[in-house]
Amino acid sequence: MAGHQHAAPAPVGGGLLNTTTFVCGVLIAVMLSILLVRFLFGLGAVTNLNDGYPWGLWIVADVVVGSAFACGGFSVALLVYIFNRGEYHPLVRPALLASLFGYTLAGVGVIFDLGRWWNFWHIFWPGYSNPNSVMFEVALCISTYIVVMWLEFSPTFFEKFGMKDAKRKLNKVLFFLVALGTVLPMMHQSSLGTLLVVMGSQINPLWQTPAVPLLYLLTAITVGYGVVLFESCVASSAYRREIEMHLLKPMAKVMLGMLAAYLVVRFGDLVVRGALGNAFKANLEAFVFWVEMILFVLPFVLIGSAESRENPARLFLAGLSIMLGAIFLRLNGFLIGYDTGAGWHYFPSVAEMLVTAGMFAIEVLGYILITRRFPVLPRAEATAAY
Amino acid sequence: MTTRRNFLKGCLAGGAAAAAAAVPEAASARETHQRPPEALGLLYDATLCVGCKACVAACKQANDNPAEFSTVDKLWDTPLDTSGYTFNLIKMYRNGTSETKDAEENGYAFMKTSCMHCADPSCVSACPVSAMTKDPKTGIVAYDPEACIGCRYCVAACPFGIPKYQYDSPTGQIGKCQLCRHRYKDGHYSACAEVCPTGATLYGKTSDLLAEAKRRLALKPGTWTKYPRGRIDGPDQSYEGQVGTYVQHVYGETEYGGTQVLKLSAVNFEKVGMPSLPPESAAATSETIQHSLYGGLIMPIAVLGALTFVAKRNVAPGEEDKQGGE
Amino acid sequence: MANTSLIKLEHDTRIDAAAERLSMSRREFLQFCAALATTLGLPQGADAAVAEAVAAKRRPSVIWLHFQECTGCSESMLRAEHPTLEKLILDVISLDYHETLFAAAGHQVEAARLDAMKANKGQYVLVVEGAIPTKDNGVYCKIGGKTAIELVKECAADAAAVIAIGSCASWGGMPSTDPNPTGASGVAKVLGKPVVTIPGCPPNPYNFLSTVVHFLTFGKLPEVDQLGRPKFAYSRLIHENCERRAHFDAGRFAMEFGDEGHRKGYCLYKLGCKGPETYANCSVLLFGDAGAGTWPVACGHPCIGCTEQGVGFQKPIHTVAKLKNIEPNIQFPHIAEEKGIGANLGSAAVLAAVAGAAAGGAAMVARNLGLSHKAEQMEEARKDEQPAKKSAEA
Repeated sequence: MAGHQHAAPAPVGGGLLNTTTFVCGVLIAVMLSILLVRFLFGLGAVTNLNDGYPWGLWIVADVVVGSAFACGGFSVALLVYIFNRGEYHPLVRPALLASLFGYTLAGVGVIFDLGRWWNFWHIFWPGYSNPNSVMFEVALCISTYIVVMWLEFSPTFFEKFGMKDAKRKLNKVLFFLVALGTVLPMMHQSSLGTLLVVMGSQINPLWQTPAVPLLYLLTAITVGYGVVLFESCVASSAYRREIEMHLLKPMAKVMLGMLAAYLVVRFGDLVVRGALGNAFKANLEAFVFWVEMILFVLPFVLIGSAESRENPARLFLAGLSIMLGAIFLRLNGFLIGYDTGAGWHYFPSVAEMLVTAGMFAIEVLGYILITRRFPVLPRAEATAAY
Repeated sequence: MTTRRNFLKGCLAGGAAAAAAAVPEAASARETHQRPPEALGLLYDATLCVGCKACVAACKQANDNPAEFSTVDKLWDTPLDTSGYTFNLIKMYRNGTSETKDAEENGYAFMKTSCMHCADPSCVSACPVSAMTKDPKTGIVAYDPEACIGCRYCVAACPFGIPKYQYDSPTGQIGKCQLCRHRYKDGHYSACAEVCPTGATLYGKTSDLLAEAKRRLALKPGTWTKYPRGRIDGPDQSYEGQVGTYVQHVYGETEYGGTQVLKLSAVNFEKVGMPSLPPESAAATSETIQHSLYGGLIMPIAVLGALTFVAKRNVAPGEEDKQGGE
Repeated sequence: MANTSLIKLEHDTRIDAAAERLSMSRREFLQFCAALATTLGLPQGADAAVAEAVAAKRRPSVIWLHFQECTGCSESMLRAEHPTLEKLILDVISLDYHETLFAAAGHQVEAARLDAMKANKGQYVLVVEGAIPTKDNGVYCKIGGKTAIELVKECAADAAAVIAIGSCASWGGMPSTDPNPTGASGVAKVLGKPVVTIPGCPPNPYNFLSTVVHFLTFGKLPEVDQLGRPKFAYSRLIHENCERRAHFDAGRFAMEFGDEGHRKGYCLYKLGCKGPETYANCSVLLFGDAGAGTWPVACGHPCIGCTEQGVGFQKPIHTVAKLKNIEPNIQFPHIAEEKGIGANLGSAAVLAAVAGAAAGGAAMVARNLGLSHKAEQMEEARKDEQPAKKSAEA
């Protein structure tokens, strides 16, 4: 690790009130008012959820997809600390920050969706626990991981407020937190996929497989890198900073490797189970399956060659493609490929979408707030692109 | 310095968890649960059902549920499906001219929709806080609203679409048939079976009911036989009736390891809304994966140990300090 | 066209005369005619037509034959208390032959029959009560030396209408119950042509009377179903209008005679009530005019399905009925109902707008990144060029 010398993270600085933050503020206010109605009159008052689709946009987008998008921190930490690729260290903090927000909001978002949210503590109370339940494991792991991530990220705050002593103490156990922060997402990201298994034949065979935990884990890691590509590009575009191309290029290669592994497992599983035939039926499920597949294959086209990886626009689009692929994998498994019997319909209500938008706005606002005021992003060099 | 050795070591640790997910250990595979010997249940014989909906009304009364309306006049309880407030419903299959009862073509047939009380219920496996439980003796799948967090995983998990949530309430609960277990202490049994005029819904031990179902399947259609009513082991309320043209299958005998509620029908079961299910339960598959990965927390702890070891070497103490403190 | 206004009959002396003849007040007579019209399901105004017809028209000649039966049908006519139907039978119609009501006997009465048939050729109404034995050439029932088969054929030949009263005459009834030793059959089968049947054991007198009065008023018999039963009386199941129906729907059943449910008037289905498979208007019209609640089900006994061939005298009384449906109730939910809210214009538009905005934003970012990349490359290319030039110069 000592071989790598990086610019230390530093606050970006600048004003907090601009069009972006204002729009975010409005979206958050709208979300809060919708949630007030939800908590006063029940889920049916604002959502289109029904017993055929008990999980809708909030669970699938905010929690299942949201937490996958929040895997940047985990994926980069895996690279830096476990595979000892210290050169990627500057990416750790920004990625961790995004993960922190993603997971914390996923955790909070679950509460909106819980029908009997005041009992949420039962998850942590031994008398109630059901270790057979995949949901129990997911809930416990995500909750623990959120705490671990805040601890991992806390040096940022210690630095800002000059709490050197606290920081030193934390650093002594940081290695354990890092290890824990790697195991926990592995556990629950795979289990998010396992959630589907108990639904049995209600899930289309294209997404119902005993290998589903591995598929979700592999895509979570892959999408983690995709998100880092995406974020780095957007952050540099928005803050007019130079892109860390020297880091993103090799990382994109790692990402492609993971993606290749995923595709091998994915197709291998479909072939072994004999489920591939479902992909050639003339129905919505087959269509979205191919959309999902194309999105996962697209990165090879975009950044397959070393030359094409030089272009940040291509890196950005590859990251985006992976993210969309991950969205489709989860959306397809949990909603489109889920069929509990004929006659049921679901499409998110406007209110549901506004709440999801509000959650996204919190993430963006929080990211802007913290990167501008706290040392997260690497100190910008004078040689910015603009 | 990144050594090749360290890198490989990391690969090994990271890959272990992933690999384990793909190949669940055969040794720890959780078998599909079977019905307890004293399991209680119902036998629903669609050929006997006359569609009087007495069971629907009795169920509402027994469970203190409000009426649900699907017509503009809002005069009668007319739910379209079971819901958080309707635990039992008679649905009707229709085909063509709907002329003949229990005919698949140009006919109609009834089907009861209520909890099947699976031997290996998905909802019980899914519930994170043990709000859904299966009684070890009676096998009744019960629900405890005090424990429930309202995550609706049970709703999603059930292959029959039985647990239903009350979306219209800020304190909504899950609603489902619990075989009237709250009425046993007064000497009552399942209200639907108690009121059924034709014995189409019969209450009793599932083992007895299964024998009765098989007896009916063995009879020649059109001949006369005795049909018990109420509870199979209760006072004789039987009557002579004509044997229907059954599909030669007791639904619930083997589905998902068997269910405690059994069904007979003259119309193909899938056509009357009963899904085709394998003898292995989804709960068993799910729990096999779950326990292969997390049984006794052995695997997570092992991986954590390995990762801690690797991370300890790679996270230099004070490194953060050096960088951040500059 | 028949008269359809009671007001026109205000000062009609024929009405008063008819009422007097029937030992009724004028008001009672008109009420009685209105009741008949209602039983027939006739439209408003028919009461006047009926009253006028009963009061003014020549009483139709009726020949009433008795075969294998108990005379219960005639008996039930006589037992009707309000209005006094025996008066009606004698006065509204001209009963020219009736073996049990006639004081005369032997050759005298047979002569009366032949006279009436001759005098009213082609105009009299033939009523048959009782089944007709067909086995062994019908030797099991003979009157005046003639078998029932011969008699019914003889009388039916010149009749304006043939009415089979009671289940026996309608389809064989009780005498035809297995093993049916005499080969008892209904009138229609013996005559080989459809006749109007008023099944029941005994049938409701009103149903018979209404049929006769319909003939009297309109000159033709009422509309019948494929079994010859007048539709006004036999088109609905007893179950459909049963006063205990609400108990059936709510699952409240009498389990045995005298139990709590039975005393409370719960549904008798489990005791074997055949109401759900028996077509008749008993549950609407009740029976025998003896006041409210006088019909079998109201009295606490399950319907035995006496009007229904294959049910009455065939199925054991306490065997549960097979529920007949004219057509299945539309209120039953389908196996799969459409539920939940799918995409509507608003929500789809919002999602499309969000997706569009995201795509637009992504395109902008990609474009910016691409442009700066191009700019960098050009700059690098320029840098590369310069040393190259220098070396070339050198």
